[in-house]
Amino acid sequence: MDTKHLDRVVIRFVGDSGDGMQLTGTEFAKAAAEAGNDISTFPDFPAEIRAPAGSLFGVSGFQLHFSSSEIHTPGDAPDVLVAMNPAGLKTNLKDLVEHGTLIVNTGAFVEANLKKASYATNPLEDGSLDKYKVHAVDINQLTMSALDGSDLSNKEKGRAKNFFALGLVFWMYGRETESEVRRIYQQFAKKPEFGEANVKVFKAGYHYGETAEVFQTVYKVPAHVFKPGMYRNITGNEAIALGLVVGAELAGKKLFYSGYPITPASSILHSLAKYKNFGTMTFQAEDEIAAMGAALGAAYGGSIAVTASSGPGIALKGEAMGLGIMTELPVVILNIQRGGPSTGLPTKTEQSDLLQSLYGRNGEAPMPVLAAKSPGDTFYCAIEAVKIATRYMVPVMLLSDGYLANGSEPWPLPNLATLPRFDVVHRTDPDGYFVYERDPRTLARAWVVPGTPGLEHRIGGIEKDALTGNISYAPDNHEKQTHVRAEKIARIAQEIGELDLSGGEAGEVLLLGWGGTFGALRQAQQQLAQQGKLVSHAHLRWLSPLEPGLAKIIKNFRRVIVAELNMGQLRQVIRATYLVDAIGLNKIQGQPIKVREVIDAAMAQLDAKPTEPTAPAVSQPQASA
Amino acid sequence: MTEAVKLKLSKKDLESDQDVRWCPGCGDYAILATVQRTLAQLAIKRENTVFISGIGCSSRFPYYMNTYGFHTIHGRAPAIASGLKITRPELDVWVITGDGDGLSIGGNHMIHALRRNMDLKILLFNNQIYGLTKGQYSPTSAVGTRAPSTPTGSIDHPLNPIALALGAGATFIARAADTDAKLMGTILQEAYKHKGAVFIELLQNCPVFNDGVWEGVKDDPAGKQVALVEGKPLVFAGGAKGIHVGRGLVPAVVDVGDGPGQTPLSEIVVHSERGSALYANLLAQLVGPEFPTPMGILYRQDKPTYGELAAQQIEDATAKQGAGDLNKLMYSGMVWEVGADGTRH
Repeated sequence: MDTKHLDRVVIRFVGDSGDGMQLTGTEFAKAAAEAGNDISTFPDFPAEIRAPAGSLFGVSGFQLHFSSSEIHTPGDAPDVLVAMNPAGLKTNLKDLVEHGTLIVNTGAFVEANLKKASYATNPLEDGSLDKYKVHAVDINQLTMSALDGSDLSNKEKGRAKNFFALGLVFWMYGRETESEVRRIYQQFAKKPEFGEANVKVFKAGYHYGETAEVFQTVYKVPAHVFKPGMYRNITGNEAIALGLVVGAELAGKKLFYSGYPITPASSILHSLAKYKNFGTMTFQAEDEIAAMGAALGAAYGGSIAVTASSGPGIALKGEAMGLGIMTELPVVILNIQRGGPSTGLPTKTEQSDLLQSLYGRNGEAPMPVLAAKSPGDTFYCAIEAVKIATRYMVPVMLLSDGYLANGSEPWPLPNLATLPRFDVVHRTDPDGYFVYERDPRTLARAWVVPGTPGLEHRIGGIEKDALTGNISYAPDNHEKQTHVRAEKIARIAQEIGELDLSGGEAGEVLLLGWGGTFGALRQAQQQLAQQGKLVSHAHLRWLSPLEPGLAKIIKNFRRVIVAELNMGQLRQVIRATYLVDAIGLNKIQGQPIKVREVIDAAMAQLDAKPTEPTAPAVSQPQASA
Repeated sequence: MTEAVKLKLSKKDLESDQDVRWCPGCGDYAILATVQRTLAQLAIKRENTVFISGIGCSSRFPYYMNTYGFHTIHGRAPAIASGLKITRPELDVWVITGDGDGLSIGGNHMIHALRRNMDLKILLFNNQIYGLTKGQYSPTSAVGTRAPSTPTGSIDHPLNPIALALGAGATFIARAADTDAKLMGTILQEAYKHKGAVFIELLQNCPVFNDGVWEGVKDDPAGKQVALVEGKPLVFAGGAKGIHVGRGLVPAVVDVGDGPGQTPLSEIVVHSERGSALYANLLAQLVGPEFPTPMGILYRQDKPTYGELAAQQIEDATAKQGAGDLNKLMYSGMVWEVGADGTRH
């Protein structure tokens, strides 16, 4: 038996949505993190909870990238594909690298399943898999044998098969099994007979790798050298929930969170509902509008008010957001984006709500918008959103997406004591109070909460006098208030730090991105820079207002490529704002962008000859030959 | 609810400095005056009182109250008020809405606020018409209502606000006419004391678009209204007529008395605010012109409010798990340490 050392591995588990692929992937990711690898995960599952078994559309996948060096993405293409059934093989084989390793559960390759996966012949027999390293293992049968003599029904036994696959890959990558066994027992503490069965099957998978002679090599991915400190494996939605709790604490206030169930935002509500002993109140509202309304009511009362949704729900909240803008109340709105329009691709990622976030309200209704770049970054963005909302008295939109929400990474835990506080102070002095009297630096009005004697006042959605807050339809007043509301957002620029720039401040190509594409863009830039290419990567955290640092450098590049998972929404903003002829790298497949795709796009521009500005076709005198 | 602090408060103290902008003769004026007078009598703390409204003529109400006020968006007042009340339980939160705002565009929020027994006092001004948008028929308009949007008469059936409130789970339900200051004052006093979802239907006249729509009820209080008095029989017309429930639970108007063809007083239904849900539903179905309209407090029930239960859960969790420790929370889940050599320990 050989041991081969690898720097990094991308592995993908695929099977029916009821096959437990998400659990298998998550557990294997934990083992990799435990072994000290840097990791990045990408769960990719259908919207159907239990799609019909064996169907192509019911395939659920989980991709894990683990490495001994620093990584930013779950990997472009799997080196190893574990296919639990024909449908999984059919839909994923095209992604497997050339000569990649394929582990196939032959027990599922029966005629009925082959037919459901539209295979005319069995790919295990027709030679179509010859270019891969195929390991054909009858996981179904081996699982049943492992549970011989168990009291479980055959159906229940069959459900343990994902643990066989897990055991097998544990062996392949030399993972330590003890803590996994512990985790399985913990996970099934309420049903110990299942815990016992799963452990048995897990061990059977591990030993099968050891004894069966099909595997010639054990692979070792050494630990990554991390910066010293405490780490936690975390998903974007877990981190954003923590950020909200910490943000409220830093503001010295209680957190109120209202939401309506929607994929992929719901798990934030699930997390926060468990944090009651922090004084956090969660409210599952009757609909998206009510969730936004309740948040406004809580903000009016002086809470750190937050609501979350995804695109369709954000659309419903639009009118109430406008009320928040008009009455200048601090609310944080999380938009965990998914594919659209309409119901779109509920479980797939996309960045197509940018323009909705910037402009999706009636009237001139500007709002601060920021976007997180990684699962762990959602924590800091949540804190920043709370800070800006309360400091500027304005609703703030924080963008995440399905990819960040469900993906996980090892996250260096912050030292909470070092995070600066931004304690909220409510005005209590009735002397000379006017509803729209403003702080000269932030233009925020005072946050006066009901219960304060002598400051009784009325607010509302109708336009108000710029000072007194009384109803006013005066033409000049409306124009003034409109400008003030815009200026307030513009002034948030004074809170924005350095532009997140990798590479020089001038060069050939600037890769410009925002949100969850960070990992792929940064990795592509680093690879190109290593090859001596004059490519930089700027990643925007703030989309409204735009970061001041961008204006300084954007004209220093021959080409600006705006990479995003939409039809070019940031590109439109960039072109309109800076009059720069930016081009787009756009992908609308519900899948994250790949490093390869970014490199190819940048190379195409680097290879292209420098062009003079194109002359308009007409109105230029033509030189006659 | 605030403690009854004996502050001397006059109606004037509850009037804001804003000009009231309703049409001359609007029923809203009378309601505003009664609310101001009653809250003054109750010696409320102005700073702890909040009026929240949606959109419509009635929803301008908060601007005229010298308390805290929030004029929100169409139909959403119950949701916004819920968020405020459950985070600030010490405040008295009143919701002002209308038949269009509260029963059409905001119907969903209305039923869920009532279902949760939110500690809100909801006053629904029912004038059976959209006033602010110039007179379209509303969800409470009678079939055949001719309006700009229904020139040949409306064809949809009106909604029964009281039946809806009962079905949704309101725990205090009452009805009064805009001009009946005495009854409305009594109801408001009782509503103020109630913990839970209060729903009061106020029969309100719109002199511009639906003038006299309640005249069938208001023009003859003795004959067309039955005053609900706790423990007293449902009699009207000076005691000459009453409500009797016959076989199959069919209610009927009967002549009260001991003579031939009359029903003895002892067989007339006796009002009980805390009676059965079935009785409350019976009252809700007493609709004119066949029946006199029940006026007063129809139903009352003691039930924990959403806010109380939510606060209790937070208290219980804190007692059980201890006050939240952020560091502990951050370090929960899969946590490991990387040592000075860059590897895991």
